[in-house]
Amino acid sequence: MVALSRWRIIAVVLAALFGILFTLPNVLPASVRDSLPGFLPHKTLNLGLDLQGGSSLLYEVDTAALRTEKLTNLTEDVRTTLRTEQIDFTGLGIVGGEIGVRINDATKVDAAAKALRKAVGAPLAGAVAGRDVTVALAPDQRIRIAFVPQAFEAQAAKAIEQSQEVIRRRVDELGTKEPDIRRQGADRIIIQAPGESDPEKLKNIIGKTAKLTFQMVDENADLAQAQQGQAPPGDMVVPGDDFAPFYVVKRRAFATGEMLIDSQGSFDSQTGRPVVTMRFNGQGAQKFGQTTTANVGKRFAIILDNKVISAPVINGPIPGGTGQITGNFTAESANELAVLLRAGALPAPLKPLEQRTVSAELGQDAIKAGAISLGIGAVAIVVFIVLAYGLFGVFAAVALIVNVLLILGTMSFTQATLTFPGIAGLILTLAVAVDANVLIYERVRDEAHAGRTPIMALEHGYSRALVSILDANITSAISALIMFYFGSGPIRGFAWTLLIGVVTSVFTAVVITQVLIGFWFRATKPKALPIE
Amino acid sequence: MRWPLIRFMPREFHIDFVRLSPFAAVVSALLLLGSIGSFVVQGLNFGIDFRGGTLLEVQTPGPAPLAALRAALPAAGAHDGQVQGFGTATPNAAMIRFRTEGASPDAQIAAVEAKLKAKFPEIQFKPASVVGPKVSGELMTSGFLALGIALILMLGYIWFRFQLQFGLGAVVAVFHDVALTLGLLSVTQIEFSMTSIAALLTVIGYSMNEKVITFDRLRENLRKYKTTPLRDVINKSENERLSRTLITGTTAILALAGAFFLGGPVLFPLVSTMVFGIFIGTYSSVYVALPIILLWGVKRNDDPAVPLKPANVRP
Repeated sequence: MVALSRWRIIAVVLAALFGILFTLPNVLPASVRDSLPGFLPHKTLNLGLDLQGGSSLLYEVDTAALRTEKLTNLTEDVRTTLRTEQIDFTGLGIVGGEIGVRINDATKVDAAAKALRKAVGAPLAGAVAGRDVTVALAPDQRIRIAFVPQAFEAQAAKAIEQSQEVIRRRVDELGTKEPDIRRQGADRIIIQAPGESDPEKLKNIIGKTAKLTFQMVDENADLAQAQQGQAPPGDMVVPGDDFAPFYVVKRRAFATGEMLIDSQGSFDSQTGRPVVTMRFNGQGAQKFGQTTTANVGKRFAIILDNKVISAPVINGPIPGGTGQITGNFTAESANELAVLLRAGALPAPLKPLEQRTVSAELGQDAIKAGAISLGIGAVAIVVFIVLAYGLFGVFAAVALIVNVLLILGTMSFTQATLTFPGIAGLILTLAVAVDANVLIYERVRDEAHAGRTPIMALEHGYSRALVSILDANITSAISALIMFYFGSGPIRGFAWTLLIGVVTSVFTAVVITQVLIGFWFRATKPKALPIE
Repeated sequence: MRWPLIRFMPREFHIDFVRLSPFAAVVSALLLLGSIGSFVVQGLNFGIDFRGGTLLEVQTPGPAPLAALRAALPAAGAHDGQVQGFGTATPNAAMIRFRTEGASPDAQIAAVEAKLKAKFPEIQFKPASVVGPKVSGELMTSGFLALGIALILMLGYIWFRFQLQFGLGAVVAVFHDVALTLGLLSVTQIEFSMTSIAALLTVIGYSMNEKVITFDRLRENLRKYKTTPLRDVINKSENERLSRTLITGTTAILALAGAFFLGGPVLFPLVSTMVFGIFIGTYSSVYVALPIILLWGVKRNDDPAVPLKPANVRP
């Protein structure tokens, strides 16, 4: 302990330098910060919405598009049902918000209606006959199928709720920015992100629906006819990629983005080009395996937001449930797509309505009063610890100051968000950091009172207290890691700050005081310790 | 003047902590009952973060008087009001969010508008809209899931480092602390916001830290005094640890004292919860976690656990 090991001194000096370097940008004026050479850190603390305001984006959930999509799906269900029942029909299509179909054989109209009532739609609480779809007979052997009004309301409400979660997951992937995501009015979502957190990047990641489907390319379709809007029944025309202006694909998707369990931006091992890797869940893997086994030599289209991003030829069965998309990606766009796929698709497209700058949630007076009062707290810790332990208290105070620098530096470096309550939490983190020093010093006192020489008392005090300190902090670190991994939004931000504090506190409270006491001991060769 | 002050600290304490356990048990039980009672009767005062409310957009001819608007909200009957200015330098529009009760808050909104109009005659309102809660269902479920897993793993770690009864004692004590803290929030009807969650997590963290430090000294003394009755070892450990507990506790309270008295209405709910947590976390280490261990008994010298027997109790 008194024999100061070189690596310890180096570690302490490096840590102090790191803390100063990475905290420095926060106290420099912006003009000085910009003129710093490029190798020095520039990032400042990411303050939360409560402290500094930021950008506010208002989106509308496109319920009309959701409605169209639901009706299109329902149309396909009607087609499949009638085909399975072997009932011939014509004129299946969407007319005025509902689906109409004409049954060719007049004697089969009732049977068709009965089959449809049974097969299409889903149970819905509070609706007529408890289903979200009504099937009604109309003149001229026609059947009308429509959603009940409550069904649309329920679908819209669910879509808005899901959109909120998807947006939160996507923004969480960008780091701990702690945005505010709230529903506003009937079908709008307001997203507020603190600071200049790059509204463009935010818009990129929020605005995309990220609906991913895998559909077989219809190799037999007449391309010219399809282009004029006459795709064969059960097919659809989708805008294409670099290889073809459009594709005719089967309407039914054999796999979707919902079946993915993971997706990463990566590089192709052979060509070195950016790709997006995918891992399917059990159901997805099975579907993917079956379809590729049955269609060797044919092409399937990977469709993202109604645009083909790639249409590879199936060279052989693809079992195992993993794959990669080789589209026209840059490393960044591949990564962005992977983030979107991981976070899931939006249930309906979002329409941007407005983008504005907003001021902080808290008033400047409140922020100032709070900052002063918390500053008093920090000073109180230092004064108390110096009063209580004298010179050793000064050592602890030095460690504490380095600790603050390290925490602020690491938070700036990792762009963690600092909120008002976060600062109060930090003050308590500092108090717990001091606890480590108190544990050490009390141990040293015990050992000295038990009659050990100063050097032995220090030696034993440190090594014994270290056990308690490590146990206590490992317990904290475990809970921080878990909350960071499983939590979302503000919980993640809290956990991250806690984790930084645990690591820096153990280091500063133990190693820095140890080195300082070591220097002091060598310089003065004391007969007794100041805290005995 | 003897400096540093630590020299005033007696070298040894002889307090019979365990003797007070039955009284503490009664106090804890009463407090728990009170907390649960208050929780059932009046629950927590959930704020706009959890319940949502109303959003009013206002426009003023000149720069929007944000500070004056904030100050005027409580008098206008708008609970948990938040005011944000639009634009950067001198916004002439602002967004006001406040809590509204019930399904048809129109009358309430109209009253707030009228009062604000009386105070700021030139203010103009855009149609009000409903604003949803900041804390979504998924945020809550994932938060509770995370907390649950974290508690289980902390229990596991303490079990691994100490013994099972230590881990259970710690977790029960943490639950005790959380229940009493929620009880305090329910009794005082302090607004329960996203910040309160942060305060609760801090309370849990501080409390867990106390437990591990407590156990550490106990474990060490159990190894040192192999034949001393458990009750005496606990008393000895707590007396040895007392100076540390006093100093650390004082440091933590001092750190928050500034914000407690001068932090203003924004910090007060958070800081008062934390201060309460520091007291309760220290208390529950001695009077919830340790009594559980005392009643259960501990494994010593690799013998099976020996529970507290009448013969072991000092007369």
